[in-house]
Amino acid sequence: MELLPVLLVPALSALLCAAPIRGRLAPFSTVVGCLVVFFISIHVALTTITRGHVTAFPGWISCDSFGALVLLLVAFVGLTASIFSLGYIRGVLPQEREGKKRRYYARFNLFLLSMLAVPLLSHVALVWIAVELTTLLSVFLVSFEDTPEALEAAWKYVVLTCMGAALALLGILILYWGMKITGRGDFTWSGLIVASSEIPGPLLQTAFLFILVGFGTKVGLVPVHTWLPDAHSQAPSPVCALLSGIETTTVLYAIIRLLPTLQGPGGQGPGGWLMAAGLVSAGTAAFLLLQVKDYKRLFAFSTVEHMGIIIFAAGIGGTSAYYGASLQIVAHSVTKAFCFFAAGSTLLVVGRREIASVKGLVRTSKPAALALLVGGLAIAGAPPFAVFLGEFSILKAGIQSGQEIPTMALAAFIVIAFCGVMYHVNRMVFGSPEIEPARVRLPASVLVALGISAIPVFLLGGCVPGALEEMLRLAAASFGR
Amino acid sequence: MTDLQSSMELLTRLNGLAAGLFLLTAFGMIAMRQVLACLNLFVWQSILLAASALILGFQHGSVHLFVVAAITLCTKSVLIPWLLARVVRQEAYARREISQVLNIPTSLLLGMALVILAYFASSALLVSSQDPFVRINLPVGTAGVFLGAYAVVVRREAVPQVIGLLAMENGSFLAGVCIAPDLPIIAELAAAFDVLIIALVMGLLTKRIRERTGMTAVGKLASLKED
Repeated sequence: MELLPVLLVPALSALLCAAPIRGRLAPFSTVVGCLVVFFISIHVALTTITRGHVTAFPGWISCDSFGALVLLLVAFVGLTASIFSLGYIRGVLPQEREGKKRRYYARFNLFLLSMLAVPLLSHVALVWIAVELTTLLSVFLVSFEDTPEALEAAWKYVVLTCMGAALALLGILILYWGMKITGRGDFTWSGLIVASSEIPGPLLQTAFLFILVGFGTKVGLVPVHTWLPDAHSQAPSPVCALLSGIETTTVLYAIIRLLPTLQGPGGQGPGGWLMAAGLVSAGTAAFLLLQVKDYKRLFAFSTVEHMGIIIFAAGIGGTSAYYGASLQIVAHSVTKAFCFFAAGSTLLVVGRREIASVKGLVRTSKPAALALLVGGLAIAGAPPFAVFLGEFSILKAGIQSGQEIPTMALAAFIVIAFCGVMYHVNRMVFGSPEIEPARVRLPASVLVALGISAIPVFLLGGCVPGALEEMLRLAAASFGR
Repeated sequence: MTDLQSSMELLTRLNGLAAGLFLLTAFGMIAMRQVLACLNLFVWQSILLAASALILGFQHGSVHLFVVAAITLCTKSVLIPWLLARVVRQEAYARREISQVLNIPTSLLLGMALVILAYFASSALLVSSQDPFVRINLPVGTAGVFLGAYAVVVRREAVPQVIGLLAMENGSFLAGVCIAPDLPIIAELAAAFDVLIIALVMGLLTKRIRERTGMTAVGKLASLKED
């Protein structure tokens, strides 16, 4: 029964935020709710290590180690984003817009609720609905700033991802048909694995193709990624951290859950397709990174690149590649959230989004400059950060499994992306400004959020704690059968 | 025995008729320039989807599908047009769309190509079923999904894009009522709710776009791109 509060608490906070009460109730209840959800998630994660899974309603709501890993990520990034929101929203919104502030926090909670639901639901049709809701509940967060650009980004976001969801729906209905033909079990992730050997091959493959394209739209796989840099750059920064850090991850989770069903006896498995999709995404994003003019778009393209890397790793197959992929999922989520917090701090200090307008940030605000530098290094994959460890283990697994040429291509793309990110970040942090700018102080809550979200970025690069290592191993095991 | 056979025959034919008309409405949505005509076609398409669910309900003797038909009728042919009309003002509806990305004869030809594609894509799946209803609904439903996607891509006005998206879902559900007739009722209800939220969210967004930019031709919003 630990799982229900995870869903009830954000729902309750959303209600409290929507209540027309002046003052600090909305931000306060959001942060407290996120804190509660985070502690429950830790408890759930530890329980899954010892017991294997936590079940609230068999066949509907349950959670194994892979689910708990994603749950933990969502809860952690949600917590830091809620703290970051305190200072950020106060900074960008005039004091008298009480109603708009309350709406922001209410939507924030609802969006978080939909993302928490994805790893907890085990009925596949309901997972589809939860994924669709993650889009619908975040549209108005993307368009929060109400500029024509933000509205354009929100429109592209909702149209493309809903198209993807409609394609995925057809795929899921075909999967259900396959389950019915075998005449057994519940329509859950684990039920699918059991039944998959009896589901006719063409049915499984067609369903998977529809779901890969459909959910791939939301993950940001090239060529259906076009909405992603727009939405992830126009939304307020804490929302960007949610969109880029964990929304993509939760949808990726739904795709990866399907992989074991395709690895039946005699089945060809989708490895080649996934590797191709991953390489194309990582490659395109690496080159697009070089020419960005907006620093939030820089990090958005880096998300496309990392999603490509993870899909590629899932395509290689084998225990070590799967371990690398799950490590990379964790590393990307925490690091990308940190990067967007750094970008948000920069935006608070400078007030503009163009890379060219930020020069010598280190003279304006030391914390923002430091965060941007660390975030850039960490997300580009420099040692000793978490992303480096993930990318390194994926490349190693690729070479070991005899996929030298695609792995080398991926390594080249990673290097190009590294140069792209560091070139832009370097210009922003150092460089000499034309006029000596005034020093700007960041709000305390922004600094706290930066501090908390930096912990795993550093920690996971040095050593992975024992419990987390065990979770990663269990999660990697659920990539295959 | 003959009674049963002839009633089965009748139901199959009725379902064929509904699915054929469904495909026709999907084409109509591509061919119509008037935004309001598009919406009317969507309402008809939803009624045909409900009819197909009803016919399958008779064939399987399942109350479940009757409920699905009722939910479809309520949400898609009553609530959604009402919602869109409430949120997006009448003025955006009555508009004629002058510039589609491709002209209509080309669109119809491409639409036919998509239907053929859908037929071949679903014929690979049909080897695992001899059910005459599946043989009709699955290809037509897939074609509905593809044609809806096409409509979203070529349209520039906001409301026709929303209708294209909803038509895609209609296509999925036309296939769904026969390949997954016993999907849990909670999933059906949640899906209907989800479709309502799509209409609401996109309607509100359209309204906001019109307030801010003075137009609803979302295809012309193109300031965010790579240089």
